[in-house]
Amino acid sequence: MFKFEKLIFGDLGWGDEFLIATLMTIMVSICSMGLGIFIAIFAAWAKLTLSKFLNFISNFYTTVVRGIPELLVIYLIFFGGSAVVMKLAKVFGYNGYIELNAFTISVVAIGIISATYSTEVLRAAFLSIDRGQIEAAKTLGLSKFQIFYKILVPQVLRHAIPGLGNVWQVTLKDTSLISVTGLVEIMRQSYIAAGSTRDPLFFYSFAAVLYLLLTYLSMKLINRLEVKYSRGY
Amino acid sequence: MDFELMFTSFPKLLGATVVTLKLLTVSLFFGLFIGLLFAILRLNKNIFINKFAYGYSYVFRGTPLLVQIFIIYFGLGQIEYLRSTFLWVILKEPYWCAIIAFTLNTGAYTSEILRSAFQTIKPGIIEAGKSLGISNKIIFYKIQIPIAIRQSLPAYGNEIILMMKGTSLASTVTLMDLTGVAKYIISTTFKPIEVFIVAGGIYLFMTFIIHNVIKYLEKKYSFQQ
Repeated sequence: MFKFEKLIFGDLGWGDEFLIATLMTIMVSICSMGLGIFIAIFAAWAKLTLSKFLNFISNFYTTVVRGIPELLVIYLIFFGGSAVVMKLAKVFGYNGYIELNAFTISVVAIGIISATYSTEVLRAAFLSIDRGQIEAAKTLGLSKFQIFYKILVPQVLRHAIPGLGNVWQVTLKDTSLISVTGLVEIMRQSYIAAGSTRDPLFFYSFAAVLYLLLTYLSMKLINRLEVKYSRGY
Repeated sequence: MDFELMFTSFPKLLGATVVTLKLLTVSLFFGLFIGLLFAILRLNKNIFINKFAYGYSYVFRGTPLLVQIFIIYFGLGQIEYLRSTFLWVILKEPYWCAIIAFTLNTGAYTSEILRSAFQTIKPGIIEAGKSLGISNKIIFYKIQIPIAIRQSLPAYGNEIILMMKGTSLASTVTLMDLTGVAKYIISTTFKPIEVFIVAGGIYLFMTFIIHNVIKYLEKKYSFQQ
Protein backbone atom coordinates (compact mmCIF):
# COMPACT_ATOMS: atom_id res chain seq x y z
CA MET A 1 0.00 0.00 0.00
CA PHE A 2 2.79 2.41 0.91
CA LYS A 3 5.16 3.20 -1.90
CA PHE A 4 8.37 4.31 -0.28
CA GLU A 5 10.06 5.10 -3.58
CA LYS A 6 8.11 8.36 -3.40
CA LEU A 7 10.60 9.44 -0.78
CA ILE A 8 13.82 9.13 -2.80
CA PHE A 9 15.97 12.22 -3.09
CA GLY A 10 16.26 14.24 -6.27
CA ASP A 11 13.68 15.06 -8.93
CA LEU A 12 11.93 11.69 -8.81
CA GLY A 13 10.95 11.70 -5.15
CA TRP A 14 10.02 13.96 -2.28
CA GLY A 15 12.82 13.01 0.09
CA ASP A 16 14.93 16.17 -0.23
CA GLU A 17 11.84 18.42 -0.13
CA PHE A 18 10.75 16.80 3.11
CA LEU A 19 14.23 17.11 4.58
CA ILE A 20 14.19 20.87 3.91
CA ALA A 21 10.62 21.12 5.23
CA THR A 22 11.60 19.34 8.43
CA LEU A 23 14.52 21.71 8.89
CA MET A 24 12.09 24.59 8.35
CA THR A 25 9.77 23.23 11.04
CA ILE A 26 12.71 22.96 13.42
CA MET A 27 13.90 26.48 12.53
CA VAL A 28 10.47 28.02 13.06
CA SER A 29 10.08 26.14 16.35
CA ILE A 30 13.47 27.28 17.64
CA CYS A 31 12.93 30.92 16.60
CA SER A 32 9.38 31.02 18.02
CA MET A 33 10.49 29.37 21.23
CA GLY A 34 13.33 31.90 21.53
CA LEU A 35 11.02 34.83 20.84
CA GLY A 36 8.51 33.29 23.25
CA ILE A 37 11.03 33.06 26.08
CA PHE A 38 12.22 36.61 25.34
CA ILE A 39 8.65 37.95 25.63
CA ALA A 40 7.98 35.66 28.59
CA ILE A 41 10.88 37.12 30.59
CA PHE A 42 9.25 40.56 30.38
CA ALA A 43 5.71 39.25 30.87
CA ALA A 44 6.73 37.19 33.90
CA TRP A 45 8.54 40.20 35.33
CA ALA A 46 5.43 42.34 34.71
CA LYS A 47 3.34 39.77 36.56
CA LEU A 48 5.65 39.76 39.57
CA THR A 49 6.29 43.47 39.84
CA LEU A 50 4.35 45.63 42.27
CA SER A 51 2.85 47.90 39.61
CA LYS A 52 -0.86 47.11 39.31
CA PHE A 53 -0.89 48.46 35.76
CA LEU A 54 1.88 46.13 34.55
CA ASN A 55 0.23 43.20 36.36
CA PHE A 56 -2.99 43.92 34.53
CA ILE A 57 -1.35 44.21 31.10
CA SER A 58 0.52 40.94 31.53
CA ASN A 59 -2.48 39.05 32.90
CA PHE A 60 -4.66 40.42 30.12
CA TYR A 61 -2.17 39.28 27.49
CA THR A 62 -1.82 35.71 28.80
CA THR A 63 -5.56 35.26 29.46
CA VAL A 64 -6.60 36.53 26.05
CA VAL A 65 -4.05 34.64 23.98
CA ARG A 66 -4.56 31.40 25.88
CA GLY A 67 -8.34 31.64 25.56
CA ILE A 68 -8.36 32.09 21.79
CA PRO A 69 -7.56 29.37 19.23
CA GLU A 70 -4.04 29.45 17.84
CA LEU A 71 -5.42 29.46 14.31
CA LEU A 72 -7.34 32.69 14.93
CA VAL A 73 -4.22 34.39 16.31
CA ILE A 74 -2.30 33.26 13.22
CA TYR A 75 -5.03 34.63 10.92
CA LEU A 76 -4.95 37.95 12.77
CA ILE A 77 -1.20 38.31 12.31
CA PHE A 78 -1.25 36.90 8.78
CA PHE A 79 -3.93 39.33 7.57
CA GLY A 80 -3.32 42.24 9.94
CA GLY A 81 0.44 42.12 10.54
CA SER A 82 1.48 44.14 7.49
CA ALA A 83 -1.08 46.89 8.19
CA VAL A 84 0.16 47.32 11.76
CA VAL A 85 3.81 47.40 10.68
CA MET A 86 3.01 49.95 7.96
CA LYS A 87 1.22 52.17 10.47
CA LEU A 88 4.23 51.94 12.79
CA ALA A 89 6.55 52.77 9.89
CA LYS A 90 4.43 55.82 9.11
CA VAL A 91 5.12 57.16 12.58
CA PHE A 92 8.82 56.99 11.74
CA GLY A 93 8.24 58.70 8.41
CA TYR A 94 8.26 55.74 6.01
CA ASN A 95 5.26 55.67 3.68
CA GLY A 96 6.06 52.76 1.39
CA TYR A 97 4.39 49.37 1.22
CA ILE A 98 5.77 46.74 3.56
CA GLU A 99 4.95 43.09 3.24
CA LEU A 100 6.07 40.69 5.93
CA ASN A 101 7.34 37.37 4.68
CA ALA A 102 5.72 34.12 5.75
CA PHE A 103 8.63 33.16 7.99
CA THR A 104 8.44 36.37 10.05
CA ILE A 105 4.67 36.12 10.37
CA SER A 106 4.94 32.50 11.49
CA VAL A 107 7.65 33.13 14.04
CA VAL A 108 5.84 36.15 15.48
CA ALA A 109 2.48 34.34 15.66
CA ILE A 110 3.78 31.13 17.21
CA GLY A 111 6.15 33.14 19.43
CA ILE A 112 3.29 35.21 20.84
CA ILE A 113 1.31 32.03 21.57
CA SER A 114 4.26 30.14 23.00
CA ALA A 115 5.22 33.11 25.20
CA THR A 116 1.97 32.88 27.19
CA TYR A 117 2.85 29.35 28.30
CA SER A 118 6.49 30.20 28.97
CA THR A 119 5.38 33.18 31.08
CA GLU A 120 3.56 30.94 33.53
CA VAL A 121 6.48 28.52 33.66
CA LEU A 122 9.04 31.27 34.34
CA ARG A 123 6.80 32.96 36.90
CA ALA A 124 6.35 29.72 38.84
CA ALA A 125 10.07 28.95 38.60
CA PHE A 126 10.96 32.40 39.87
CA LEU A 127 8.54 32.11 42.78
CA SER A 128 10.12 28.85 43.85
CA ILE A 129 13.39 30.62 44.66
CA ASP A 130 13.82 31.44 48.31
CA ARG A 131 13.62 35.23 48.89
CA GLY A 132 16.41 34.90 51.46
CA GLN A 133 18.92 34.10 48.73
CA ILE A 134 18.37 37.45 47.03
CA GLU A 135 18.61 39.24 50.36
CA ALA A 136 21.80 37.32 51.16
CA ALA A 137 23.26 38.28 47.81
CA LYS A 138 22.37 41.93 48.45
CA THR A 139 24.06 41.83 51.85
CA LEU A 140 27.16 40.41 50.23
CA GLY A 141 27.20 43.47 48.00
CA LEU A 142 26.44 41.79 44.69
CA SER A 143 25.17 44.13 42.00
CA LYS A 144 21.67 43.72 40.56
CA PHE A 145 23.09 42.28 37.37
CA GLN A 146 25.22 39.80 39.28
CA ILE A 147 22.23 38.70 41.34
CA PHE A 148 20.22 38.18 38.19
CA TYR A 149 22.91 36.44 36.22
CA LYS A 150 24.69 34.41 38.89
CA ILE A 151 21.90 33.59 41.33
CA LEU A 152 18.49 33.85 39.69
CA VAL A 153 19.15 32.56 36.16
CA PRO A 154 20.78 29.21 37.07
CA GLN A 155 18.06 28.37 39.60
CA VAL A 156 15.15 29.60 37.51
CA LEU A 157 16.52 27.50 34.63
CA ARG A 158 16.63 24.39 36.78
CA HIS A 159 13.04 24.81 37.90
CA ALA A 160 11.82 25.92 34.49
CA ILE A 161 13.36 23.26 32.25
CA PRO A 162 10.67 20.56 32.67
CA GLY A 163 7.96 23.20 32.08
CA LEU A 164 9.77 24.77 29.14
CA GLY A 165 10.19 21.27 27.74
CA ASN A 166 6.41 20.91 27.66
CA VAL A 167 6.10 24.34 26.04
CA TRP A 168 8.61 23.24 23.40
CA GLN A 169 6.55 20.14 22.54
CA VAL A 170 3.39 22.26 22.25
CA THR A 171 5.22 24.87 20.14
CA LEU A 172 6.59 22.19 17.84
CA LYS A 173 3.08 20.87 17.22
CA ASP A 174 1.66 24.37 16.83
CA THR A 175 4.02 25.06 13.94
CA SER A 176 1.85 22.72 11.85
CA LEU A 177 -0.80 25.47 11.89
CA ILE A 178 1.42 27.98 10.11
CA SER A 179 0.97 25.98 6.92
CA VAL A 180 -2.00 28.35 6.35
CA THR A 181 0.49 31.19 5.76
CA GLY A 182 2.06 29.26 2.90
CA LEU A 183 5.42 28.69 4.58
CA VAL A 184 6.74 25.34 3.39
CA GLU A 185 7.18 23.30 6.55
CA ILE A 186 6.28 19.64 7.07
CA MET A 187 2.52 20.15 6.91
CA ARG A 188 2.57 22.40 3.85
CA GLN A 189 5.03 20.08 2.10
CA SER A 190 2.73 17.11 2.72
CA TYR A 191 -0.15 19.13 1.34
CA ILE A 192 1.80 19.92 -1.84
CA ALA A 193 3.05 16.35 -2.22
CA ALA A 194 -0.38 14.87 -1.51
CA GLY A 195 -1.94 17.18 -4.08
CA SER A 196 0.50 16.41 -6.87
CA THR A 197 0.70 12.63 -6.36
CA ARG A 198 -2.90 12.12 -5.20
CA ASP A 199 -1.64 10.05 -2.31
CA PRO A 200 -2.68 11.99 0.81
CA LEU A 201 -2.76 8.93 3.08
CA PHE A 202 0.92 8.19 2.55
CA PHE A 203 2.18 11.76 2.82
CA TYR A 204 0.11 12.80 5.82
CA SER A 205 1.09 9.58 7.59
CA PHE A 206 4.70 10.38 6.74
CA ALA A 207 4.19 13.85 8.24
CA ALA A 208 2.80 12.23 11.40
CA VAL A 209 5.89 10.01 11.58
CA LEU A 210 8.17 13.03 11.19
CA TYR A 211 6.39 14.88 13.98
CA LEU A 212 6.55 11.79 16.21
CA LEU A 213 10.26 11.54 15.51
CA LEU A 214 10.76 15.22 16.37
CA THR A 215 8.79 15.01 19.61
CA TYR A 216 10.59 11.78 20.55
CA LEU A 217 14.03 13.27 19.94
CA SER A 218 13.14 16.46 21.82
CA MET A 219 11.92 14.41 24.76
CA LYS A 220 15.29 12.65 24.92
CA LEU A 221 17.12 15.97 24.70
CA ILE A 222 14.97 17.60 27.37
CA ASN A 223 15.54 14.69 29.74
CA ARG A 224 19.27 15.13 29.25
CA LEU A 225 19.03 18.87 29.93
CA GLU A 226 17.01 18.22 33.07
CA VAL A 227 19.72 15.93 34.36
CA LYS A 228 22.40 18.48 33.47
CA TYR A 229 20.72 21.41 35.20
CA SER A 230 19.75 19.53 38.34
CA ARG A 231 23.32 18.39 38.93
CA GLY A 232 24.12 18.67 42.59
CA TYR A 233 20.55 18.33 43.81
CA MET B 1 -12.30 50.81 13.85
CA ASP B 2 -15.27 49.74 11.79
CA PHE B 3 -17.97 49.30 14.39
CA GLU B 4 -20.64 48.66 11.79
CA LEU B 5 -18.77 45.60 10.53
CA MET B 6 -18.38 44.34 14.10
CA PHE B 7 -22.10 44.81 14.61
CA THR B 8 -23.15 43.07 11.38
CA SER B 9 -20.69 40.19 11.71
CA PHE B 10 -21.72 39.38 15.28
CA PRO B 11 -24.90 37.39 14.40
CA LYS B 12 -23.02 35.48 11.69
CA LEU B 13 -20.27 34.56 14.11
CA LEU B 14 -22.77 33.65 16.78
CA GLY B 15 -24.45 31.27 14.34
CA ALA B 16 -21.07 29.67 13.66
CA THR B 17 -20.51 29.31 17.40
CA VAL B 18 -23.30 26.72 17.41
CA VAL B 19 -21.20 24.56 15.04
CA THR B 20 -18.16 24.99 17.31
CA LEU B 21 -20.17 24.02 20.39
CA LYS B 22 -21.64 20.99 18.63
CA LEU B 23 -18.20 19.79 17.58
CA LEU B 24 -16.90 20.37 21.10
CA THR B 25 -19.68 18.61 23.02
CA VAL B 26 -19.96 15.59 20.72
CA SER B 27 -16.21 14.97 20.66
CA LEU B 28 -15.84 15.50 24.40
CA PHE B 29 -18.70 13.08 25.05
CA PHE B 30 -17.19 10.27 22.98
CA GLY B 31 -13.67 11.26 24.00
CA LEU B 32 -14.49 10.72 27.66
CA PHE B 33 -15.54 7.13 26.97
CA ILE B 34 -12.44 6.42 24.92
CA GLY B 35 -10.31 8.09 27.57
CA LEU B 36 -11.83 5.99 30.34
CA LEU B 37 -11.45 2.81 28.30
CA PHE B 38 -7.79 3.46 27.54
CA ALA B 39 -7.05 4.57 31.11
CA ILE B 40 -8.38 1.20 32.32
CA LEU B 41 -6.35 -0.60 29.65
CA ARG B 42 -3.24 1.27 30.79
CA LEU B 43 -3.74 -0.06 34.32
CA ASN B 44 -4.09 -3.60 32.99
CA LYS B 45 -1.27 -5.96 34.00
CA ASN B 46 -1.08 -7.60 30.57
CA ILE B 47 1.97 -6.05 28.88
CA PHE B 48 0.50 -6.13 25.35
CA ILE B 49 -2.74 -4.38 26.31
CA ASN B 50 -0.72 -1.95 28.37
CA LYS B 51 1.71 -1.18 25.54
CA PHE B 52 -1.13 -0.84 23.06
CA ALA B 53 -2.87 1.76 25.21
CA TYR B 54 0.42 3.58 25.76
CA GLY B 55 1.13 3.56 22.02
CA TYR B 56 -2.28 5.03 21.25
CA SER B 57 -1.86 7.92 23.65
CA TYR B 58 1.78 8.44 22.59
CA VAL B 59 0.96 8.70 18.89
CA PHE B 60 -2.03 10.99 19.34
CA ARG B 61 -0.23 13.25 21.81
CA GLY B 62 2.98 13.33 19.80
CA THR B 63 1.49 14.49 16.50
CA PRO B 64 -0.35 17.73 15.75
CA LEU B 65 -4.15 17.60 15.65
CA LEU B 66 -4.03 19.06 12.13
CA VAL B 67 -2.16 16.00 10.82
CA GLN B 68 -4.71 13.72 12.44
CA ILE B 69 -7.63 15.53 10.82
CA PHE B 70 -5.94 15.50 7.41
CA ILE B 71 -5.13 11.78 7.61
CA ILE B 72 -8.74 10.99 8.44
CA TYR B 73 -10.38 13.42 6.03
CA PHE B 74 -8.05 13.28 3.01
CA GLY B 75 -6.20 10.04 3.68
CA LEU B 76 -8.82 7.46 4.57
CA GLY B 77 -10.97 8.32 1.56
CA GLN B 78 -8.18 7.01 -0.61
CA ILE B 79 -8.57 3.41 0.54
CA GLU B 80 -10.80 1.75 -2.06
CA TYR B 81 -12.04 -0.86 0.38
CA LEU B 82 -13.40 1.74 2.79
CA ARG B 83 -15.39 3.38 0.03
CA SER B 84 -17.46 0.23 -0.41
CA THR B 85 -18.34 -0.20 3.27
CA PHE B 86 -20.95 1.65 5.28
CA LEU B 87 -18.11 3.60 6.95
CA TRP B 88 -17.91 5.69 3.82
CA VAL B 89 -21.23 7.31 4.71
CA ILE B 90 -19.48 8.75 7.78
CA LEU B 91 -16.03 9.35 6.31
CA LYS B 92 -17.16 11.41 3.35
CA GLU B 93 -18.63 14.06 5.65
CA PRO B 94 -16.06 16.60 6.89
CA TYR B 95 -18.19 17.06 10.01
CA TRP B 96 -17.83 13.44 11.10
CA CYS B 97 -14.18 13.29 10.10
CA ALA B 98 -13.48 16.28 12.33
CA ILE B 99 -15.42 14.67 15.16
CA ILE B 100 -13.52 11.38 14.80
CA ALA B 101 -10.18 13.21 14.86
CA PHE B 102 -11.16 15.37 17.86
CA THR B 103 -12.57 12.37 19.72
CA LEU B 104 -9.43 10.27 19.24
CA ASN B 105 -7.23 13.24 20.16
CA THR B 106 -9.07 14.23 23.32
CA GLY B 107 -9.44 10.53 24.18
CA ALA B 108 -5.66 10.21 24.26
CA TYR B 109 -5.20 13.21 26.55
CA THR B 110 -8.15 12.20 28.75
CA SER B 111 -6.76 8.69 29.18
CA GLU B 112 -3.52 10.19 30.53
CA ILE B 113 -5.44 12.47 32.91
CA LEU B 114 -7.62 9.63 34.21
CA ARG B 115 -4.71 7.21 34.47
CA SER B 116 -2.76 9.54 36.71
CA ALA B 117 -5.94 10.17 38.71
CA PHE B 118 -6.42 6.42 39.24
CA GLN B 119 -2.81 6.07 40.28
CA THR B 120 -3.06 8.77 42.93
CA ILE B 121 -5.89 6.99 44.75
CA LYS B 122 -4.46 5.81 48.06
CA PRO B 123 -4.34 2.01 48.22
CA GLY B 124 -5.71 2.24 51.76
CA ILE B 125 -9.11 3.33 50.44
CA ILE B 126 -9.39 0.28 48.20
CA GLU B 127 -8.17 -1.98 51.03
CA ALA B 128 -10.77 -0.47 53.34
CA GLY B 129 -13.45 -1.28 50.74
CA LYS B 130 -12.13 -4.83 50.42
CA SER B 131 -12.11 -5.41 54.16
CA LEU B 132 -15.74 -4.28 54.28
CA GLY B 133 -16.47 -7.12 51.88
CA ILE B 134 -17.34 -4.94 48.88
CA SER B 135 -16.82 -6.69 45.56
CA ASN B 136 -14.06 -5.53 43.21
CA LYS B 137 -16.59 -4.34 40.65
CA ILE B 138 -18.42 -2.17 43.15
CA ILE B 139 -15.14 -0.83 44.53
CA PHE B 140 -14.25 0.22 41.00
CA TYR B 141 -17.59 1.86 40.19
CA LYS B 142 -18.45 3.35 43.56
CA ILE B 143 -15.05 4.22 44.99
CA GLN B 144 -12.33 4.45 42.37
CA ILE B 145 -14.27 6.20 39.59
CA PRO B 146 -15.80 8.98 41.75
CA ILE B 147 -12.43 9.73 43.37
CA ALA B 148 -10.68 9.67 40.00
CA ILE B 149 -13.25 12.06 38.54
CA ARG B 150 -12.78 14.48 41.41
CA GLN B 151 -9.02 14.16 41.16
CA SER B 152 -8.93 14.83 37.42
CA LEU B 153 -11.35 17.77 37.31
CA PRO B 154 -8.75 20.60 37.15
CA ALA B 155 -6.71 18.86 34.45
CA TYR B 156 -9.84 17.89 32.55
CA GLY B 157 -11.02 21.50 32.64
CA ASN B 158 -7.79 22.49 30.89
CA GLU B 159 -8.37 19.73 28.37
CA ILE B 160 -11.88 21.06 27.61
CA ILE B 161 -10.45 24.52 26.94
CA LEU B 162 -7.66 23.08 24.78
CA MET B 163 -10.25 21.06 22.86
CA MET B 164 -12.42 24.15 22.37
CA LYS B 165 -9.42 25.84 20.80
CA GLY B 166 -8.74 22.66 18.84
CA THR B 167 -12.17 22.71 17.19
CA SER B 168 -10.97 25.76 15.25
CA LEU B 169 -9.02 23.32 13.07
CA ALA B 170 -12.32 22.07 11.67
CA SER B 171 -12.22 25.17 9.49
CA THR B 172 -9.31 23.60 7.57
CA VAL B 173 -11.58 20.81 6.31
CA THR B 174 -14.20 23.24 4.95
CA LEU B 175 -16.40 23.31 8.05
CA MET B 176 -17.79 26.75 8.81
CA ASP B 177 -17.22 26.93 12.53
CA LEU B 178 -16.44 30.15 14.44
CA THR B 179 -12.88 30.37 13.11
CA GLY B 180 -13.98 29.36 9.61
CA VAL B 181 -16.59 32.12 9.41
CA ALA B 182 -14.20 34.63 10.99
CA LYS B 183 -11.60 33.80 8.34
CA TYR B 184 -14.21 34.12 5.62
CA ILE B 185 -15.29 37.56 6.84
CA ILE B 186 -11.65 38.66 7.21
CA SER B 187 -10.77 37.59 3.68
CA THR B 188 -13.82 39.28 2.15
CA THR B 189 -13.72 42.58 4.08
CA PHE B 190 -9.98 42.66 4.86
CA LYS B 191 -10.61 44.04 8.33
CA PRO B 192 -8.81 41.45 10.50
CA ILE B 193 -8.72 43.39 13.76
CA GLU B 194 -12.46 44.07 14.01
CA VAL B 195 -13.41 40.47 13.23
CA PHE B 196 -10.72 39.17 15.54
CA ILE B 197 -12.11 41.22 18.43
CA VAL B 198 -15.64 39.84 17.94
CA ALA B 199 -14.65 36.21 17.30
CA GLY B 200 -11.96 36.30 19.99
CA GLY B 201 -14.50 37.77 22.40
CA ILE B 202 -16.87 34.87 21.79
CA TYR B 203 -14.06 32.35 22.34
CA LEU B 204 -12.95 34.14 25.50
CA PHE B 205 -16.51 34.14 26.79
CA MET B 206 -16.71 30.36 26.26
CA THR B 207 -13.35 29.89 28.01
CA PHE B 208 -14.65 31.99 30.88
CA ILE B 209 -17.83 29.90 31.22
CA ILE B 210 -15.97 26.56 31.07
CA HIS B 211 -13.41 27.81 33.58
CA ASN B 212 -16.09 28.83 36.06
CA VAL B 213 -18.20 25.69 35.65
CA ILE B 214 -15.15 23.56 36.38
CA LYS B 215 -14.28 25.72 39.37
CA TYR B 216 -17.83 25.30 40.69
CA LEU B 217 -17.71 21.52 40.18
CA GLU B 218 -14.34 21.33 41.91
CA LYS B 219 -15.79 23.11 44.91
CA LYS B 220 -18.91 20.99 44.91
CA TYR B 221 -17.05 17.69 44.79
CA SER B 222 -14.15 18.68 47.03
CA PHE B 223 -13.42 16.37 49.92
CA GLN B 224 -15.09 17.22 53.18
CA GLN B 225 -12.35 18.53 55.41
